[in-house]
Amino acid sequence: MKTLQKFCAATALAVTALPTMAADVTVEIQNITQGLYFTPIAAVAHTPDTSLFEVGEMASAEIQEMAEGGSLAGITTVATAIGADMLAEPTAGPLAPTEKVAGTFMTTDGNSVLSVVAMILPSNDGFIGLDNWEIPTEVGTYTIYLNAYDAGTEANDELVGSGEPGMPGMPAPPFLTLGTGGSGVASTEANATVHIHPGNIGDDSLTDGASDVTNSIHRWLNPVAKVTVTVN
Amino acid sequence: MLNQFKNKPFRSALLLALPLAISACSDDVREVEVPVEVIVEVPAPEPVPVDVSYEITVTNLTKGQPVSPIAAVLHTDDDSIFTVGEVASVELEQLAESGMSEGMLSLGMTSASGTGPILPGENETVTITIQDVTDANLSITAMLGNTNDAFTGLNALDLSTLEVGDTWSGVGRAYDAGTEVNSESAETVPGPAAGGEGYNPNRTDTGYVAMHPGVVSSDDGLSTSVLTVDHKFDNPTVSIVVTRTE
Repeated sequence: MKTLQKFCAATALAVTALPTMAADVTVEIQNITQGLYFTPIAAVAHTPDTSLFEVGEMASAEIQEMAEGGSLAGITTVATAIGADMLAEPTAGPLAPTEKVAGTFMTTDGNSVLSVVAMILPSNDGFIGLDNWEIPTEVGTYTIYLNAYDAGTEANDELVGSGEPGMPGMPAPPFLTLGTGGSGVASTEANATVHIHPGNIGDDSLTDGASDVTNSIHRWLNPVAKVTVTVN
Repeated sequence: MLNQFKNKPFRSALLLALPLAISACSDDVREVEVPVEVIVEVPAPEPVPVDVSYEITVTNLTKGQPVSPIAAVLHTDDDSIFTVGEVASVELEQLAESGMSEGMLSLGMTSASGTGPILPGENETVTITIQDVTDANLSITAMLGNTNDAFTGLNALDLSTLEVGDTWSGVGRAYDAGTEVNSESAETVPGPAAGGEGYNPNRTDTGYVAMHPGVVSSDDGLSTSVLTVDHKFDNPTVSIVVTRTE
């Protein structure tokens, strides 16, 4: 098990009288899929009046960057700007099927909700998401199952391509076995807001067909991740 | 506790006079009486076992996946019936590849079996009874018949807070045993859609239990698949209602 590195957004933490007390929280995230990988995960405790993403709204540039290429640079900047506490290990390797990662942080007064994001591989702009989950004040262990979301920022062509935001295609890291020569599943994104991901289509050819992903390996059903939160 | 002494055996010392034959030599036999102290354990009255029973109703929510006869198991925290990310037991492999539940039913403290497959839209209620244990975990497993190695069920539901008359309602999702690759071929899917092979001890898939990715089917682009759109499923696959009846 890897330990998430702790980022302390200390600069933004002015001492203000907020109703929620600091909490010692352990967050464990498990990839429960059979054939997908997750890019390094960000677990962010923040105030309830902010959010990393909202279903039905346009994704931020930072979410787009995370969902299309796995980068946490923008999310880290946002987390600092909103005075969030963040658990992340941006340089970690991918979280392989059924692997877990965990970390513990002391949340700051007022940072009473938890959000979690990481890109799903292979996908064009799929990500696992937890949006403003209220951290219980009672000591105990809590389990949350996450769905796969589509950032709505890129057409799901399912072709090997780019992980740069705004560029078509999927990033193709070497640990994925992907095909080539696909003709493209979709050329447009009909819903430009964050929505539940329709799933990969894939095909059963590594050399042609519509998709460069494999339909018997790279599809999924929700949920795709299990988050275990322990309030210590 | 009032009855704590009932569980302790009473000890009584009895003096018994036993005739002993002591042989000194071949023609000189005397009988003497030797007092011997014998400890006799008188068993305490056994406390009357109290039945703890649960009614479990499983409903098949899928379009076209028969659910094999369910294996319901009551077990302790230390027994894991299945764990996402870990290697499936042989008992689970047998259930997930063929629907044979004998192995799964042998696990845990006690178990109960369904009487037959639960067809789409149908349900079955089984009763499971254990004596004196009110904090067991309940796990349920059953194969989705028209797949290679998919199973549904419930993983270690903590029953300790369920009082008599209480009901827990939930759902079961689809898991993949990770023991047989999802070829969906006629030769490897045992359900009525194919009639292929059931359990095969060779392991040909990822090796670990995970959430099932769903069946692709021939209608949706897997040329080797004997399955059609009729066999596709999504989560949840079953609903589960557990009522403690005594």
